[in-house]
Amino acid sequence: MILWFTIAQVIVAVAAGLLCVVLGLAGRRPSDLSVGALALLELLLIAQIVIAIIAPFAGNPPTGSLLEFWVYLVSAALLPPAAVAWALVERSRWSTVIMGIAALAVAVMAWRMQAIWTIQVA
Amino acid sequence: MSPSSRPRMTGIGRVLVIVYAIMALAATGRSFVQIVQRFDEAPLAYALSAASALVYVLATLALVFAGSKGWYLTAWVAICFELAGVLVIGTLSLLLPALFEHPTVWSWFGMGYLFVPLVLPFFGIWWLVTHPPAAATAASPTDADTAAVAS
Repeated sequence: MILWFTIAQVIVAVAAGLLCVVLGLAGRRPSDLSVGALALLELLLIAQIVIAIIAPFAGNPPTGSLLEFWVYLVSAALLPPAAVAWALVERSRWSTVIMGIAALAVAVMAWRMQAIWTIQVA
Repeated sequence: MSPSSRPRMTGIGRVLVIVYAIMALAATGRSFVQIVQRFDEAPLAYALSAASALVYVLATLALVFAGSKGWYLTAWVAICFELAGVLVIGTLSLLLPALFEHPTVWSWFGMGYLFVPLVLPFFGIWWLVTHPPAAATAASPTDADTAAVAS
């Protein structure tokens, strides 16, 4: 895991999440802006998957549970597409809020992944 | 979409369902990892993790289909079980930390999940109270009994 990349992910996820929640509560339907924010987040998560595959071979092995890490990463990567799919099916303001909540959940999970990889308490 | 086909899950109810779905995903993933890797270390805590994951999955499904009587009662049972779970486990984890050295979703009132597990059942109950199914008066108690056994 690369710390600055995790921080970038968390920042993008929180920003996208707040943006979507605010837009949704303001009554906006899913737009290019809100869906685009989720797409950017998904791009970062796919990059994270590639990094996680390569890192152990590049002298950056995980100290924690690799299985737990991958469960988190796969779950996180599934959230934005699921939220966007929902938004495309049901084009209401609440779909925008849902995309925001999904992005905020990804933010928490990204941080948790960093913790699993680097420090293992259990 | 005709108004009678799926009148239930509109508006903010959808947001509630998605939060439940995310909790279900998180709890299922976590209990899967715990049970696969080190079930023998703490069977009680990890069995509880799995039970809470099942309750979240059940609650998610029940909220989606809460338009029908059976699912509406299932949602009540699942959410009340969830509320009791987070309160009992949360209290026990504070009073008897030795019992819960290994974390569950509900330890410390769901602190590891930003207290979402503590807040969520109240929203769920509020939503169920304000959105009863159209024909709730004819609800049979047997549905609740079977749901209680299942959960």
